[in-house]
Amino acid sequence: MSTHLADLSAHQLAELIRKKEVSAVEATEAALERIRAVDGEPGRLDGPRDEVEKVHAFITVSEEQARAQAQAVDARLAKGEVPGPLAGVPYTVKDIFAVKDVLSTAASRILSNFVAPYTATPVARMNAAGAVMLGKVNLDEFTYGSSNESSAYQPAPRNPWDPTRVPGGSSGGSAAAVAAGEGALSLGTDTAGSIRQPAAFCGVVGMKPTYGRVSRYGLIAFGSSLDCPGPVARTVRDAAMMLNVIAGPDAHDSTAAATPVPDYTAGLEEGVKGMRIGLSPDYDKITFFNHETGEMESQPLPKEIADAVLRAADKLSDAGARIVEGVPMAHTRYGIPAYFVISRVEAASNLHRFDGVKYGHRTALKPKDLRDLYRKTRAEGFGPQPKLRILMGMYVSAAQYSEQYYRRALQVRSLIRGDFDAAFDGDGAHKLDALLTATTPTPAFPVGDVYGDSVLMQYADQLTVPANHAGVPAISLPAGLDSARLPIGVQLIGPDFSETTLLRAARAFEAATEHEAWRAERPAVLAGV
Amino acid sequence: MPDQISPELFNHLVELAALELTAEEAEYLRDQLNKQLKSIEELAAIPIPEGTPPAAHGVPFPPDVRAPLRKDAAALAPEAAGIKTGAPQTSEDYFVVPGIPHEELD
Repeated sequence: MSTHLADLSAHQLAELIRKKEVSAVEATEAALERIRAVDGEPGRLDGPRDEVEKVHAFITVSEEQARAQAQAVDARLAKGEVPGPLAGVPYTVKDIFAVKDVLSTAASRILSNFVAPYTATPVARMNAAGAVMLGKVNLDEFTYGSSNESSAYQPAPRNPWDPTRVPGGSSGGSAAAVAAGEGALSLGTDTAGSIRQPAAFCGVVGMKPTYGRVSRYGLIAFGSSLDCPGPVARTVRDAAMMLNVIAGPDAHDSTAAATPVPDYTAGLEEGVKGMRIGLSPDYDKITFFNHETGEMESQPLPKEIADAVLRAADKLSDAGARIVEGVPMAHTRYGIPAYFVISRVEAASNLHRFDGVKYGHRTALKPKDLRDLYRKTRAEGFGPQPKLRILMGMYVSAAQYSEQYYRRALQVRSLIRGDFDAAFDGDGAHKLDALLTATTPTPAFPVGDVYGDSVLMQYADQLTVPANHAGVPAISLPAGLDSARLPIGVQLIGPDFSETTLLRAARAFEAATEHEAWRAERPAVLAGV
Repeated sequence: MPDQISPELFNHLVELAALELTAEEAEYLRDQLNKQLKSIEELAAIPIPEGTPPAAHGVPFPPDVRAPLRKDAAALAPEAAGIKTGAPQTSEDYFVVPGIPHEELD
């Protein structure tokens, strides 16, 4: 019974708990049992890097707090109180959110002793809705990566479909946990694709909401103009339920939009009849800098991924959507170069606060003065990726280079935004409700294949980063398995605050494929569980 | 194309960034920086129409979307005690650090 509970959707669990057919404690125990069965040892500083059997999604499993939360939900139910919409649903939190009295590490040595004195708004809202936090899951250090290999906490998460492969990143722990039934939901963040890319790699649903739709209060900042908290779930309805809870204005975050939050689950089943869904040739390829030839190079997407997009278009067309081909998104290829500049400037600025004075790691060496304290603390505390981002951010924003790099990158962001504005313009040539693309240019790659090459790693986000530049919402959906039994994801991107439409289209695709054979397949780590 | 970031410029950046690197780290990071810059160079080739504004963020924040400004009222942080417990070294209500580099004036 208990393993079965771990595989139920948040929606099913919440309903069973509300009807008192299952208790919140039972649901929590089932999730904890699943963690014990599949997760292996949690990541730790200087831990082993070569584990390839278990999922290793977690940094901190907060078992006792989870049990207490679950008992409180059951107590409220017993008193006849109406619990929140996610009452009793176990979930995990990417360890980039501050949670009061819980270790909040950002997967970095520099925050390895940081117990947050307050709780991030999206986490507080999940808890207020009755969801039960199982713990904090691993990520790339400070979210800087697309594979989780850069985490200072090893073993880093592995892909539940094939633990010799990466789960993607940076919300890799979130996606791996949800795929393996270690919680029905996870709270992730997406700065260039960090929810959608791991969701695609792990065969789950991941949504980056519109910038400002979900408060960033309590999120340890990376790129403040790009960061978006969002849901990772196994079903579209679960993602919608979670977004209902975490979205909305917040007095603690002036960039949290005042736009009212609709019920994202209402109308979920209304289908795509009449919707205009676009395909763009600019998302059919990836363009990257080849260090060997010194030239930019374009390659078509691998056939299995390109075919998955076309199959999805056919399904949506069969369900009544109008597929609009040939939508130009001319600036897609410039998303990564512009991101290299903008995100690094913002990261460098955000990382200056970590100095060994107010919280976090401080060097045990005897520094000779305050500057020496900063240098030694930061040298010990940061791994290579944060160091790289600080250095790049300082270079491209220096007074003499800023015009050439930073200002130009911000103009390119306007051009990328312009592509989306034109595609979604109700009076324009295409009048799209959504754009359909692949989420990633490859399926999950083997551990060690890309890590170390920071340029190649960044290009894993080429199809996801334009939505971050533009601020528009996007969702990645499981769309099948490739010949190696690895998940493939497709992405729907819509105009500002169109989450309702995106979720409806996503649900229509999910419904249209629910009887396909691949839907019945389970991640390899669940064999025998 | 020669490396844009020479060892001298790199060392200057490291100093500005308040970092200290081993020789091995420095070599890896400088190499990666130069590789990233080659990718970034593509930006120079993009024709940017006259008058294209730099976008500080993608989503416009018109008044109906923007959060209203809250009242500018001073209040004590309720978590002050919790914040201090996270500090590496404190004395009463102060964070303690080593001496601040300075020059004695005549």
